[in-house]
Amino acid sequence: MILQDLWPALEHMPFALAVRQSDLLFPWIESVHVLAIVLVVGTVFIVDLRLLGLASRGRPVTQLAREVLPYTWAAYGLAACTGFLLFSSSAVSYVNDLPFRLKMLTMAMAGMNMLVFHFVSYRGVARWDRSARPPLGARTAAGISMACWVAIVVFGRWVGFSLN
Amino acid sequence: MSALDSLTPFINWLAHTRVSQTIGDIAWLTPAVQSVHILAIAVVMSGVLMLDLRLLSVLGRDQTTAQFAGRYLPWVWWSLLILLATGAILIVSEPKRSLENPVFVLKMGLLLIASALALLVQQTLHRDQLYWEAPARRLAARAVALSSLAVWACIVFAGRWIAYSQG
Repeated sequence: MILQDLWPALEHMPFALAVRQSDLLFPWIESVHVLAIVLVVGTVFIVDLRLLGLASRGRPVTQLAREVLPYTWAAYGLAACTGFLLFSSSAVSYVNDLPFRLKMLTMAMAGMNMLVFHFVSYRGVARWDRSARPPLGARTAAGISMACWVAIVVFGRWVGFSLN
Repeated sequence: MSALDSLTPFINWLAHTRVSQTIGDIAWLTPAVQSVHILAIAVVMSGVLMLDLRLLSVLGRDQTTAQFAGRYLPWVWWSLLILLATGAILIVSEPKRSLENPVFVLKMGLLLIASALALLVQQTLHRDQLYWEAPARRLAARAVALSSLAVWACIVFAGRWIAYSQG
């Protein structure tokens, strides 16, 4: 399969070699990665807790989403870029690492959950924008989202133990 | 380093207690506690981010800073409690890793500064709900918000660097 040639090739890209061979690059990029993930998870939780009716109940959902989610996406972009750099430095090992695979799988699940929420429940947001307790569909999506992000953090930390 | 050296007998005693060795023996416990620690810092960081962005007047100008503080600071304080509890477990399981580590000491110093800034915002708002709305305090609000964000970011960085700065 072509992917099997892709990972070793990625490892030999100049930037991947630079991250692997430097004593300082990996920890610095990893620090930015942790900071970015922390911001993604925390800001996602702010919106999820609102959808669950557990926080910011007096604030319209659309307004809260508008003021929080731009920071989520900015942090997500930073987490993806730094994550890719860390991944490239030992691509073959990461691809074969169970917690890393579970982390990627859970991220895909979080993404799909978000898409379903966006195109199904969120379409009718005008009806429950100011509701302290949004409908079941929205609460379910928020619960799944929080569970996914908790799992992503757990798997991410586990990668650090299984790979070294 | 002399202040750190004086801790050595305590660190040795702690490392040999049964509770320390028990935590160390359960392989999954350390990553599990670290995961809870990271989730709690996620709540603290994003709560602080929202409050500081309001102090900077970047968002939420339809609400007062006091309303933002009321929404976010309780989550910050409770999560900080979880951070201290999980942090304490991690220290007990591997006392040398943190207590003999200058980056850990730096992290604790930064934590005091960051907490003091959050407390300052809370206490001023407690006395006067519109304290930070005054135009004359625009510059002070900006200084408090930017230093708070910078210090919390440094705390996250220091947390990761504890793993890399062991002698």
